Amino acid sequence: MKLYEIQQAVDACVLSGEEQLDRDIRTAGASDLMSDILAGVAEGCVFLTGLATVQTIRTAVVSGVSAVVFVRNKIPPQEVIDMAKAEGIPLLSSPCSMFVSCGRLHALGLTGLNGAR
Amino acid sequence: MGEAILHKVFPINKKDFVHAGEASIHAKNLLKALNMDPGLIRRSAICGYEGEMNVVMHGGEGVLAIRIEKDRIVLELSDNGPGIPDIELALQEGYSTASDEFREMGFGAGMGLPNMKKNADEFELSSRVGEGTQVRMAFFLKSKGG
Repeated sequence: MKLYEIQQAVDACVLSGEEQLDRDIRTAGASDLMSDILAGVAEGCVFLTGLATVQTIRTAVVSGVSAVVFVRNKIPPQEVIDMAKAEGIPLLSSPCSMFVSCGRLHALGLTGLNGAR
Repeated sequence: MGEAILHKVFPINKKDFVHAGEASIHAKNLLKALNMDPGLIRRSAICGYEGEMNVVMHGGEGVLAIRIEKDRIVLELSDNGPGIPDIELALQEGYSTASDEFREMGFGAGMGLPNMKKNADEFELSSRVGEGTQVRMAFFLKSKGG
């Protein structure tokens, strides 16, 4: 699935990485706990979270996450957006809750980090 | 200890949650510039980052050292913090002594050390109460899932 399809599915706005919306993404991880993503196979996934801090971006960088979606209209501070730009990680912000975001993306065929449906 | 092709040391500052993780990202970029295997880079970056967050949270002042040898990457974390009284307990998944501040950053679920142990090819932890903690992790250049 392309990142722009994910963006449309969760009605998200793009905070950074506009030019990378054609990235291919097959898996998703959702957590406010960074360790859940660090302990999973997060390479290439979309990472949904309600935590909008610098640690979200650093977790995405070290885990090889392809894109981050902040749920419930979370917008991180500008320095967090700048860091994501510098690291080449697209950031989206969705008005949907975590539950609804995950439901919509699951319905479209994304799997969990371990490939489970 | 093998001959080091490259050796770099990054300082880690106590309770500096804003910069926590920077050392690991520098180390990751270093490995990337050397065209190392992406899986190996990811495993070592995750271990460095989890370890760095531990030092920031618990450890007092510390360092993250990265050494590249002919057949392996070695990460060493050391700090002059309070030490770990019961290492076996600290290595148990779910055991945590983290503060609320740390939990608000998405850490402190007791998954750091177990995740480091899982991702490293070699993992050694030594600690003395009142003196500090050292973690040494090795990642073989040709290895499991590498």
